[in-house]
Amino acid sequence: MTYITKPKFRHPELEQNARGFTRRDYEGKVSTLCAGCGHDSISAAIIQAVYELDLEPHRIAKMSGIGCSSKTPDYFLGASHGFNSVHGRMPSVLTGANLANRDLIYMGVSGDGDSASIGLGQFAHSIRRGVDMVYIVENNGVYGLTKGQFSATSDRGSRSKRGVVNHDAPIDMVALALQLGATYVGRSFSGDKHQLVPLIKGAIAHHGAAFIDCLSPCVAFNNHEGSTKSYDYVREHNEAVNFLDVITGRAPIKLDQEAGALAIVEQHDGSTLRLRKIHTDYDPSDRVGAMAYLTERAAAGEIVTGLLYVDPNAEDHHDYLNTVEAPLNTLDSEALIPSASALDKINASLR
Amino acid sequence: MPATITEREGESAGSAIITNDFVIKFANVNGSGSASANSLFAKCVLRMGVPIAARNIFPSNIQGLPTWYEVRVSEAGWLGRRGGVDLMVAMNPQTWAEDVRSIGPGFYLFHDTTKPLPPSMARDDIHVIGAPLTRICNETYADPRQRQLFKNIMYVGALAHLLGIPTDTVERLLQEEFAAKPKLIDANLHAFHLGRDYAQSSMAPIRLRLSPADKVGDRIFVEGNSACALGAVYGGATVCAWYPITPSTSLAEAFTAHCKALRTDSESGKAKYAVVQGEDEIASIGIVIGAGWNGARAFTCTSGPGVSLMQEFIGLSYFAEIPAVIFDVQRGGPSTGMPTRTQQSDLLSAAYASHGDTKHPMLFPADPTECFEMGALAFDLADRLQTTIFVMLDLDIGMNEWLCAPFAWEDGKRLDRGKVMTRDDLGAGIDFGRYLDVDGDGITYRTYPGAHPNKGAYFTRGTSRDRYARYSEEGAVYTDNMQRLLRKFDTAKSLVPAPVRRDAARRTPYGVVYFGSTTPAMHEAIDALERQGRHVNALRIRGFPFSDEVFDFIRAHEQVFVVEQNRDGQLRALLINEGGVHPTRLTPVLHYDGTPITARFITAEIAGQMKSIETMPVSD
Repeated sequence: MTYITKPKFRHPELEQNARGFTRRDYEGKVSTLCAGCGHDSISAAIIQAVYELDLEPHRIAKMSGIGCSSKTPDYFLGASHGFNSVHGRMPSVLTGANLANRDLIYMGVSGDGDSASIGLGQFAHSIRRGVDMVYIVENNGVYGLTKGQFSATSDRGSRSKRGVVNHDAPIDMVALALQLGATYVGRSFSGDKHQLVPLIKGAIAHHGAAFIDCLSPCVAFNNHEGSTKSYDYVREHNEAVNFLDVITGRAPIKLDQEAGALAIVEQHDGSTLRLRKIHTDYDPSDRVGAMAYLTERAAAGEIVTGLLYVDPNAEDHHDYLNTVEAPLNTLDSEALIPSASALDKINASLR
Repeated sequence: MPATITEREGESAGSAIITNDFVIKFANVNGSGSASANSLFAKCVLRMGVPIAARNIFPSNIQGLPTWYEVRVSEAGWLGRRGGVDLMVAMNPQTWAEDVRSIGPGFYLFHDTTKPLPPSMARDDIHVIGAPLTRICNETYADPRQRQLFKNIMYVGALAHLLGIPTDTVERLLQEEFAAKPKLIDANLHAFHLGRDYAQSSMAPIRLRLSPADKVGDRIFVEGNSACALGAVYGGATVCAWYPITPSTSLAEAFTAHCKALRTDSESGKAKYAVVQGEDEIASIGIVIGAGWNGARAFTCTSGPGVSLMQEFIGLSYFAEIPAVIFDVQRGGPSTGMPTRTQQSDLLSAAYASHGDTKHPMLFPADPTECFEMGALAFDLADRLQTTIFVMLDLDIGMNEWLCAPFAWEDGKRLDRGKVMTRDDLGAGIDFGRYLDVDGDGITYRTYPGAHPNKGAYFTRGTSRDRYARYSEEGAVYTDNMQRLLRKFDTAKSLVPAPVRRDAARRTPYGVVYFGSTTPAMHEAIDALERQGRHVNALRIRGFPFSDEVFDFIRAHEQVFVVEQNRDGQLRALLINEGGVHPTRLTPVLHYDGTPITARFITAEIAGQMKSIETMPVSD
């Protein structure tokens, strides 16, 4: 609930992107989250990503469930339609919205409670179906709005603010997404904008189910010693495998100086992902290899981040359903209603 | 005019020929291929111009359990379930005792005489007839599957002779059925003649006869689920998300089949529809709501347990005002209840689905014709009212083929998309408040996502908000919105289908209210009661919220029977709750054993519960 209205005033010389929008045009209402919340950094990264991609705000639909993370779509892209739906059910609502209009960009924002606990099933099935979307889990390992309960991504042995130790095994959403067939999988950290913004841009440019697990410390309930989702812990254990640079189709590709460590991936829509490799033996086009590497590093206590997997030629739900190119919500009576004579034929077959 | 059932009740052995008015029941083992033979029999009768009411009684099982197919032949056109059996084709040893017991005195048991009937099955007040089906099949066919399947066609052959079905009728039907597989025509005909020849040479005639009539007309024979699905196609539905559940599964399957035929783009071969089998009912309604929010017409089909699972989303649809259509093909509840039996027992859980103060419009089709009409209408209403619309049918209508008026459609009919502000409206600077009641009917304007570059965007939420969709927890803002939702519900009264009234031949203080699949049995009961000198005016309810006409009807009668197929009188409860009707005015007539209600039951109940009323109403 926002009682402070954001001033409409903006600096006349604010930088504009190719579409003539400033960063401010992609902002939303004033955030009501706690000062220092990782989620606000993710909102800022989303704003930056769509600004840099020169997207029109109204071509984006923001979808969410319930929780702190799910409130954030109100705090970015104020000129886009948004839908704050039911706890854990954002994926189905997004799936339906996407079926109705395949031309919009769907950004699903969720949390670890919303997607790993109550909504684990919907998360899994939307990924399985290859819904063309950007699915971001703002993962803080805790229930913030209800004040500090463990979530399903809390690590075994991690300690709550009140000192309770979590005994349940954690769900690794990235491992699940890989196993379920997501065609773009990344992990990042809300405190690392340089890594996160390009990951979001790549996900938007991706055709298919793109999933980003973004560690996002909860300053109120999960940022203490003993937590494995705190700013300090994530910084200390972060193991980036690559750095991403996303170039949209129109821009020329510049060769990087470190050519030997550079992988160039061209996506369906003509965009190019340039991956500067940190681990030269990490191959983001190898799903099985990615799963093995993640498991291995997780056992060593590391949090692997970066673009972990991408299938640049992925298909999406509409491809599988073979739906018409025109969005279903634009088909008019003429296109949808069969004739009376077709009905007569059906009648005749029922006598 | 053939005798009506109530007159025939209790009739014992006689010698008079009974033409075009009897009940034949086939007792089979499910998975044995009997369904197509039984359906062939049913269609033969229809082709002879004699109306039938056919019902499957089946278990929640794929193979091995008992299943029955009951055909009521009624030249008079009574399409409700009659009750009782005049000819039992007993093909299932598991249920012999029960099957034999159900035959009316003086009537017939047809069985496979390959093995003698166990002596315990003997009844000296019925006629036992039959043919050695297994023996003939084993002698004729080597393949075990053929031996099994053709036994069924053989008894159709025997019945054709006994009842008088012309062979060319059977031939024509088989040719139509197997047009794509001509080999099967001859094979089936051969089996048919084996049965027919045996009956001709070795069986004595029976008293039941079929005789050509012209009482079927242009009516069609179709399942309600298929009709609903076709209605959804004509109603412009493009997104269907569903989860398999008896008895609604065939609705989604029929939608897919109808769409393949009618909604495939002729040039690209691409689909102008999307069908998604959800991972559960919650995801299914979520997909529907997402699509509805984004301007596509979407529906799900389910039964009671699914409606239970969808509750939270239905509340979101109500409060965030998102169009959705739910076909609830009701079955016996609660819990898993009787999944393959019929009931009208979801009225309360649908009418007030979800937490908080919610109410949802419902439509009550009485037969497949109305399933088609209301199936299409539901989408206009959902868009117009921006809320969930329930189409409440049941297993009896949904999964049985009913003889009903042909589907009709007027070319040029347009989808009513309700109040939507377009790009042009927004561009022209019209004030947009998502929850602003501009027209005073409680219905506000919406925009589709992406409609305009910088106008009309809003944040949809299930949380309280003001008229401009801005978050607010202020009490006055909340109640303002809740009051408007009530106004909208009031508007719905005039949009749902009006009730249908049937007045008795003379003035009467007695009324009866009913809906849905009770209709054919009710009509027959009214006729029977009238012949007993008991006159009732009848009102068939077709929509919720109830219109004033419903309450006027109740007020105009001293005693009103509310006939429904559930234990707790759910329609009666709704009438009391919504109309402030005094409970003593409404006499419940409740049938809920999972079988379709019969005219015999209604007639006996109404006759038995009629209060003696001295005064006649001044007017009705």
